[in-house]
Amino acid sequence: MEITKKPFIVSVSPHIRSDETTARIMWSVSACLLPAAVMGAYFFGPRAVLTVSLCVIASVLSEHLYQKALKKPSTVRDGSAFLTGLLLGLNLPPSAPFYLSLIGSFVAIIITKQLFGGLGYNIFNPALIGRAFLVISFPKLMTVWSEPTAAFILLDAKTTATPLGILKEEGPAKLIQVFGDQLNLYAQLITGHRAGSIGETSAVALLIGAAFLLYKRYITWHIPLSFLGTAAVIAWIIGGTDSLFTGDPLLHLFSGGMILGAFFMATDYVTSPSMKSGQIVFGAGCGFLTMLIRLKGGYPEGVMFAILIMNAFAPLIDRGFQSKFFGAGKK
Amino acid sequence: MAFSSFRGGIHPPDKKELSSEKPISATKPPARVIIPLSQHLGAPCKPVVTMDQKVKKGEMIGEPAGFVSAPVHASVSGGVIAIGEFLNAMGRMVPSVVIENDGNEEWSMLKDHPDYMNLSPDEMREKIRNAGIVGMGGAAFPTVVKLSPPKEKPIDTVILNGAECEPYLTADYRLMLEKPFEVVEGLKVLIKVLGVQRGFIGIENNKPEAVKSLKKAAQGENSVEVCSLPTKYPQGAEKMLIKTITGREVPPRALPMDVRVVVQNISTAVAVFEAVRYGKPLIERVVTVTGEGIYQPKNLLTKIGTLVSQLIEDCGGIKGENLKVISGGPMMGFALSSLEIPVTKGTSGIVVLAESDIVHMESFGPCIRCGRCIDICPMGLMPSMLSIYAEKGFYEGAKEYGLFDCFECGSCAFVCPSKRPIVQLIRLAKSQVKP
Repeated sequence: MEITKKPFIVSVSPHIRSDETTARIMWSVSACLLPAAVMGAYFFGPRAVLTVSLCVIASVLSEHLYQKALKKPSTVRDGSAFLTGLLLGLNLPPSAPFYLSLIGSFVAIIITKQLFGGLGYNIFNPALIGRAFLVISFPKLMTVWSEPTAAFILLDAKTTATPLGILKEEGPAKLIQVFGDQLNLYAQLITGHRAGSIGETSAVALLIGAAFLLYKRYITWHIPLSFLGTAAVIAWIIGGTDSLFTGDPLLHLFSGGMILGAFFMATDYVTSPSMKSGQIVFGAGCGFLTMLIRLKGGYPEGVMFAILIMNAFAPLIDRGFQSKFFGAGKK
Repeated sequence: MAFSSFRGGIHPPDKKELSSEKPISATKPPARVIIPLSQHLGAPCKPVVTMDQKVKKGEMIGEPAGFVSAPVHASVSGGVIAIGEFLNAMGRMVPSVVIENDGNEEWSMLKDHPDYMNLSPDEMREKIRNAGIVGMGGAAFPTVVKLSPPKEKPIDTVILNGAECEPYLTADYRLMLEKPFEVVEGLKVLIKVLGVQRGFIGIENNKPEAVKSLKKAAQGENSVEVCSLPTKYPQGAEKMLIKTITGREVPPRALPMDVRVVVQNISTAVAVFEAVRYGKPLIERVVTVTGEGIYQPKNLLTKIGTLVSQLIEDCGGIKGENLKVISGGPMMGFALSSLEIPVTKGTSGIVVLAESDIVHMESFGPCIRCGRCIDICPMGLMPSMLSIYAEKGFYEGAKEYGLFDCFECGSCAFVCPSKRPIVQLIRLAKSQVKP
């Protein structure tokens, strides 16, 4: 019998692996953001497409050039820089000047991710730090909101206020007046025909992507449900103008970046707790802080800061919610 | 009776169809056998033969050195042509005896004992000890030690492990189909030795034929219950099996006897039966030779000490290049660097994987903290943290995350999307600190 002359491959068990890879996860999440991106392009036109594209290109390039400069292998193929760029772009106002995309991408990839050690080691969600940096450094430019035209025109769209902005400044009665009636308000919030960041407005598009993530088990219900549930309960209890228990939870759930944040940002593996029990606490904290900022804080929207603050607590939560060893405490 | 399973676990492709329909056949008589004197967990044997000595099949060639030990016997008749150190499946050089087969198949000391069920537990135990029986699922722990629990640890349950949850392996499956009577009788012997009331045979429900076969063989036996268990790796791990069948959890670092259970493998039960009935020592076993890199997968009744190269020859050879040859199953088995390695009492299979089935680990990514390994760890550990601690050299810190509770089932590394060598890192950490 002829036995192959080549040596056999030797390594430690297990010798078979699942076909799941980090790259597949990252590209799948990106793909799940596609419906929201398409809706953003539809409502806000070529400017929005340009802004998102710039963020993606700048993020991927930042990662690649940084790693080349440090003579490290480039990891852009794993899709995580692409995803960060995409999330950042979808979190910017449609009218954001091009240099905001570049600065935001740089802060997200270089400062938040690479300087902390790259994928897996960052404490904060890179896209959200990128956005937070822009909100604080360019407060004016970051709060110019284009009116959704749904006409894909190049002309500069008129500017308007976001639903949460109206709610903060002028109250719920005015908000309903602007949208005609309550039913129309909900309809516009769910389809996304309202002012806001490019990818955050269309709840239905986001939920389609989120449903796929849940179905493929790339994310589980723990963070989104505790996030949205907590926010809804708080909105209902203290979100009303007259008395307790008169708030409108639906309005809060479908406005601002709540859906995008709960399903696509707070669920980031690296910056959220690993244990399911810890994730519920983490999500509840995000929901609580979001509503605290929206109702009692200076900003009309609180999702971004809420998630970033909870990111900082994730390691602590992981410490508090460790797994229960098999057989421990049982005889 | 429906069983609720243990927490976690995975569902790797089982690939058992490659060999599950191949009846057990005998390996061609080997020209020579290399019989390691240490095939079990515990003290190695002392050789009791000398160079050029003629030995008969079944003759003891290594005597146990200590309580946790098991004698080894000649698997062929012939002359001793070497006593020295030879490579084993774990890559270590171990003292071994090489016997040239004279082809006469001349037995020593076989003695039929049709009335075996009337032997006393101590007589049975003695026969099992003398037969050199060890756990044949892979760990190779001397069986008689498990059957001699200290007085303060009463046993009330015996479980036969027919889960065979490792992908590819079908040796126990074939035994359950072809020797159900021997399996059940072996269990009855174990029940008598331990003086318990009940014995269970746990089989994953993806092997309905085996369940049927054993249920038929166990008909009318009030003390024996055949259980169809949820299919999930590692269902065949002792602690998981006990949890599923009895609901009891073996505490960390404790043994099955601490929850009044003894677990034995299917092949072991057959060996126990043969030892008690015929006085036959453990000199052969069924080995599944399979995998995409094997032309004709088979379940081979193989003499201990037969070289892997001969098993592969019997199966038509290996196809392709860049193969991985595994002793045991693909989840917990050892990759072999050479085929000139003998089959031992714990060798349940030889799996040859084609390159396309192997994930090379030349590079791996950082932990992205996705938590998949935490969700599936049957021991309730956080493999991600263990791997990070080990990677950074924080071996002491890894102990707080249950380093020594890990039994290296490999589920974490299987699901890891970053392809991290989690088991390898855990083994490294274990080797660097004391429990």
